[in-house]
Amino acid sequence: MSLSTVDAAATTVPPEDPAVKGIEGRTPLQLVVQRLRTDRVAIISVVVIVLIIALAIGAPLIAAITGHGPTDTNVDNGTDANGQPLPPGSAGYLLGTDNLGRDILVRIAYGARVSLIVGVVATAIATIVGVVVGLFAGYYGGWLDSILARIMDVVLSFPYVLFAIVLVSVFGSSLPLTILVIAFFSFAAIGRIVRGQALSQREKEYVEAAHSLGAGNMRIMFVDILPNLVAPVIVLATLLIPTAIIFEATLSFLGLGIALPTPSWGNMLSDAEGVGFQAWWFYIFPMIFLLLTTLAFNLLGDAVRDALDPRTERIFAGRRKKKPA
Amino acid sequence: MTRFLIRRIILGLVTLWVIITLVFVLYYARPGVDPARELAGRAVTPALLANINKQYGFNLPVYVQYWNYLKRLVPIPGQFNLGISNNNHLPVTTIIAQAVPIDISLAVGSAVIWMVLGISVGVLAARRPRSLWDRGATVFVLTGVSMPTFILGLLLLYVLYYLLTIHGIAIFPKPGSYTPITTNPLEWAHDLILPWITLALITAATYSRLTRSSLLETLGEDYIRTARAKGLSERRVVYRHALRSSLTPIVTQFGIDLATVLGGAIITESIFGLPGLGLAVVQAIQVQNLPVVIGIVLVASFFVVAANIVVDALYAVLDPRVRVS
Repeated sequence: MSLSTVDAAATTVPPEDPAVKGIEGRTPLQLVVQRLRTDRVAIISVVVIVLIIALAIGAPLIAAITGHGPTDTNVDNGTDANGQPLPPGSAGYLLGTDNLGRDILVRIAYGARVSLIVGVVATAIATIVGVVVGLFAGYYGGWLDSILARIMDVVLSFPYVLFAIVLVSVFGSSLPLTILVIAFFSFAAIGRIVRGQALSQREKEYVEAAHSLGAGNMRIMFVDILPNLVAPVIVLATLLIPTAIIFEATLSFLGLGIALPTPSWGNMLSDAEGVGFQAWWFYIFPMIFLLLTTLAFNLLGDAVRDALDPRTERIFAGRRKKKPA
Repeated sequence: MTRFLIRRIILGLVTLWVIITLVFVLYYARPGVDPARELAGRAVTPALLANINKQYGFNLPVYVQYWNYLKRLVPIPGQFNLGISNNNHLPVTTIIAQAVPIDISLAVGSAVIWMVLGISVGVLAARRPRSLWDRGATVFVLTGVSMPTFILGLLLLYVLYYLLTIHGIAIFPKPGSYTPITTNPLEWAHDLILPWITLALITAATYSRLTRSSLLETLGEDYIRTARAKGLSERRVVYRHALRSSLTPIVTQFGIDLATVLGGAIITESIFGLPGLGLAVVQAIQVQNLPVVIGIVLVASFFVVAANIVVDALYAVLDPRVRVS
């Protein structure tokens, strides 16, 4: 062995004892994060989502820089000499103006707030309710399970778009109602999965062990069982966000979600539909942002599912084996 | 089997009853709402109100009204009555009967497209997992899942109707065109082609995903290995042995999707101006024409609940394991 190779080895070997390093365990979270970091699609999705969040947070900043509020009709320079909307790239209006002279870029930025708030808050409520209902139903079983499971079946077999429209038409459209309606029709999807998992988990030995140690039902449900259900719940919740965003956009498009003049991507498109196809930029920009957002969340959800699924490792291994052949 | 069916039917009836009761509470028993006033129109006189109250029984105690309301929904000829539209004073059943053929036309055409498209894409993806085909199928599925129906509809209208028409290529009909199949089947299909594509593309994504995962799972079963070992052609193994048994989850999805479209494709009908149940309910909501809204909600709910029962029964026939549980 020459001196140079020894030197090279000495510089590449980390200072810790290599034996210790070799058996160092990785937590499941580390594994998942590591898998996600090698997934290009996941990284792009995260970047897109972060950019949309930045757009939503920075909405007042964009309004301040352009000097146009989200509902300002900019009477002086928002339309051309004939009162027609300005196309994208016009002075001061990057994405153009709508038929009332409002700045489309600023409205899209404020619309991002609505979409993200509805998507995240509705999903959070649906997830919490779904997890609690599913855990109680699956863990206790018996008559409680019968009632809760039937309620979830009933909710799942509702013609929910129609019913959401009816609810909103009765109570008037507002942000909190939109969120509640979406959460109500989404919790059962999570509840059913959690119930199924809880049913099988409660038969496991560790639950018996917890019982014999004197743990109460609440502790067993939320401290012992719940962590085992985190993976499917995270995946479902990630996939619920785009569904909720589409739901809100659809309601707003039908004039039953976020009330005008507050901008949301859905009601911007509804406005555009009333004007006609001549001004394509009324349509194309809200569409692009809406699609980008839902696509990014769906792609991320798929990537998270792959990362959380232990079988994926084998698929990757299989792929690596195949390559040389 | 009989017990299983009876349980499903009872659950279906309970679901319908919950929906009926919710609708009643929302519309008739809400504090601060006087249905007689809403029915009376603009020229309100105390005599007219008294007359309406007497005719419709709005001055009776709530539980009596509820009972009468339930009684007239019992499906016996002569008793079944969905009320009279506030607008044109036609019976709601007549309005629904006029709209349903459009929903049937919409459902039949789009269902053919989405089944053929969805299943073929799914089969292609499953036969060569992780191939370029499979990647393409994933992109198709994720785009379909992320695409709000109204965006696809507007895009199709913009590109295929508006852009082509202003360039002198008027292949596609303008929104609002509808020809009954009895008048001219070719015109009928021509007028419905864009709504069909809209509904079918959005729905097909789910079918591709279902077919792919279900077929992949089936292809891993032992009996498929046996079939291959017997020397059957790959084509015969996939289409005769595997596909047939992996179609069960698709049957379920199909029943519910078909029923949902039959009960009114709200967004597609609104965008393409098709006078089906979906457009009728949106228009009725905008003018607070309650009898029509309630009638359509009940009919749509009935379709969905009935489809759920049929699908569960079919599922039990196709998969004996379901009957046991």
